[in-house]
Amino acid sequence: MTFELSKEREQKLADLLTRYPTKMAACIPLLHLCQEQKGYVDDEVMHFVSHKLDLAPAHVEGVVTFYTLFNRAPVGKHQVWVCRTLPCALRDADGIVAHCEKKLGIKVGETTSDGKVTLRSAECLASCGTAPMMQVDKDYFENLTTEKVDAILDRLRSD
Amino acid sequence: MLKPTNYLTKVYGKPNGWSLETYERECEGYKVAQRVLTTMTREQVVDEAKKANIRGRGGAGFPMGVKWSFMPKVVSATRPHYLVVNADEGEPGTHKDRTLMEENPHACIEGCIIGCYGIGAHVCYIYVRDELHVSKARLEGAIAEAKRKGYLGKTPFGKEYPVEVYVHTGAGAYICGEETSMLNSLEGRRGEPRLKPPYPAQAGVFGMPSTVNNLETIAAVPTAFNMGCEAFSKLSLLHDMKDGGVRLYGLNGHVKKPGIFELACGPTLNELIFELGGGVLGDRKVLCAIPGGSSTPILCPEETVNAPEEKDALHRWHGQSVFDVPLGVDTMRLVGTMLGTCCVTVMAEGTCPVLAMKNLMQFYKHESCGQCTPCREGSAWLYHTTDKILDGKATMAELDALHDVANGIMGNTICAFGEGTAMPALAFVQKFRKSFEAYILGQKKHSEATLLVQ
Repeated sequence: MTFELSKEREQKLADLLTRYPTKMAACIPLLHLCQEQKGYVDDEVMHFVSHKLDLAPAHVEGVVTFYTLFNRAPVGKHQVWVCRTLPCALRDADGIVAHCEKKLGIKVGETTSDGKVTLRSAECLASCGTAPMMQVDKDYFENLTTEKVDAILDRLRSD
Repeated sequence: MLKPTNYLTKVYGKPNGWSLETYERECEGYKVAQRVLTTMTREQVVDEAKKANIRGRGGAGFPMGVKWSFMPKVVSATRPHYLVVNADEGEPGTHKDRTLMEENPHACIEGCIIGCYGIGAHVCYIYVRDELHVSKARLEGAIAEAKRKGYLGKTPFGKEYPVEVYVHTGAGAYICGEETSMLNSLEGRRGEPRLKPPYPAQAGVFGMPSTVNNLETIAAVPTAFNMGCEAFSKLSLLHDMKDGGVRLYGLNGHVKKPGIFELACGPTLNELIFELGGGVLGDRKVLCAIPGGSSTPILCPEETVNAPEEKDALHRWHGQSVFDVPLGVDTMRLVGTMLGTCCVTVMAEGTCPVLAMKNLMQFYKHESCGQCTPCREGSAWLYHTTDKILDGKATMAELDALHDVANGIMGNTICAFGEGTAMPALAFVQKFRKSFEAYILGQKKHSEATLLVQ
């Protein structure tokens, strides 16, 4: 089956294309739209994007592999990114990561067996004044404690 | 006692503080953009902007008005100009632009309108890192509100000068905060930095003349024009050094009250840490501080200013601690570091500097775009060697080689990422050599190293 965008997202793409003088400029925004729909960017999606924007498949693959936020394979329903960079590390980000790993029974980079949560570490998420912090899907959770983390992870796993 | 100002932050924390209604009520929103577009010429805007002495808030500290003046004077029909706003905030320790986008997005948009007019552009792209979903939504919301009121679009304020502002997102790459990398990313390419020249003002995004400004720089523009750019500059304690206005100072790490504070340019590290930050966790002493994002070399409180000659710019502070020197673009350069984004990361006594360096080197190893060999290989090498030192498996020769590797990166890469990696590494090794040696000599173990104030 070939990948197609939903009608609503096709409309968003049409709007995006009016913003730039080249089609290529819509490459990253379109990849985001595709990932939003499918959850990850595989060969099928890259093929679709290269056709849609008249780009060489190699160009699209080059872009996809450059940026860390494009998933190359399916991930959990929810994605948890714990910031590990220095300002958070000074406020025990390592402890938060270890707590998540223990609580979820997985290591950073893995997904829980029920497919609910993928745990990752992130580089600085611009929330250093409220460290330690983590991003869950699109939301930031700041000034974390192990109690707060427990509540967040429990909610995600029961979702 | 430091007194925070509230020009950029006036609407912070107010209910719906980010709405157009609040911005118009509290900040005379869009009045100044209207005045600029309807009564001033492009040349007048640039001349006025220069007087604000706004030094680029992204880290390089280049004067904004001067940058605007580099754009071609005449806009060719086939070579449109672009304004690109850098909101790819990702420098470790930096958390200021996010607050502006979330809490005061209209100041950003109004700044974009004035900026576009000043450089002869009709289109502005705000490049926001993808992770900042609230920031993107607030900016998009502000654009929609401004459009409905006729402040953006074909005839903003009734003037035949179309201005469109678009939010464009990245996809997770620190390097895209480097201006030419950002331009490549905006064009839909891999975010690899470009060689300069050509500079963006000659050939920027889509090969057209472009100005790249940091988001905070742009957000300060309405305030500056509203009060008069010279008056704005004079708010700063460093006005005489052409480092003008107010800006957002960040504080994080081992302080009791971290946060973002708007201040006239020129507070000292001691004032920030002890007056606004409430001091160090556990009432410890400061081990060192990173003045403005992880790429700026650390400073230790024991370091003193050496400016014996009367003509030295820092003569007034001769013999004093560098923590008592005002934080400014030029003052920090003169004490051997950089102001950068002026978000300060504080480390308390007891923190292991070797572990801190390893943490940062892991960041640079991960974020190097890989284009230039010295940076790609060097950043990984710096990380692995620091790790080896911590594990007690390194030799003194390898510690010395850290210097050589760092020096081998500097000046040998396309963009400043190389310097941003090597300079902080060198500072750690030079200022804390004994700590590094302790691991090599077996006096200290990796398991004893901590980054925490317990």
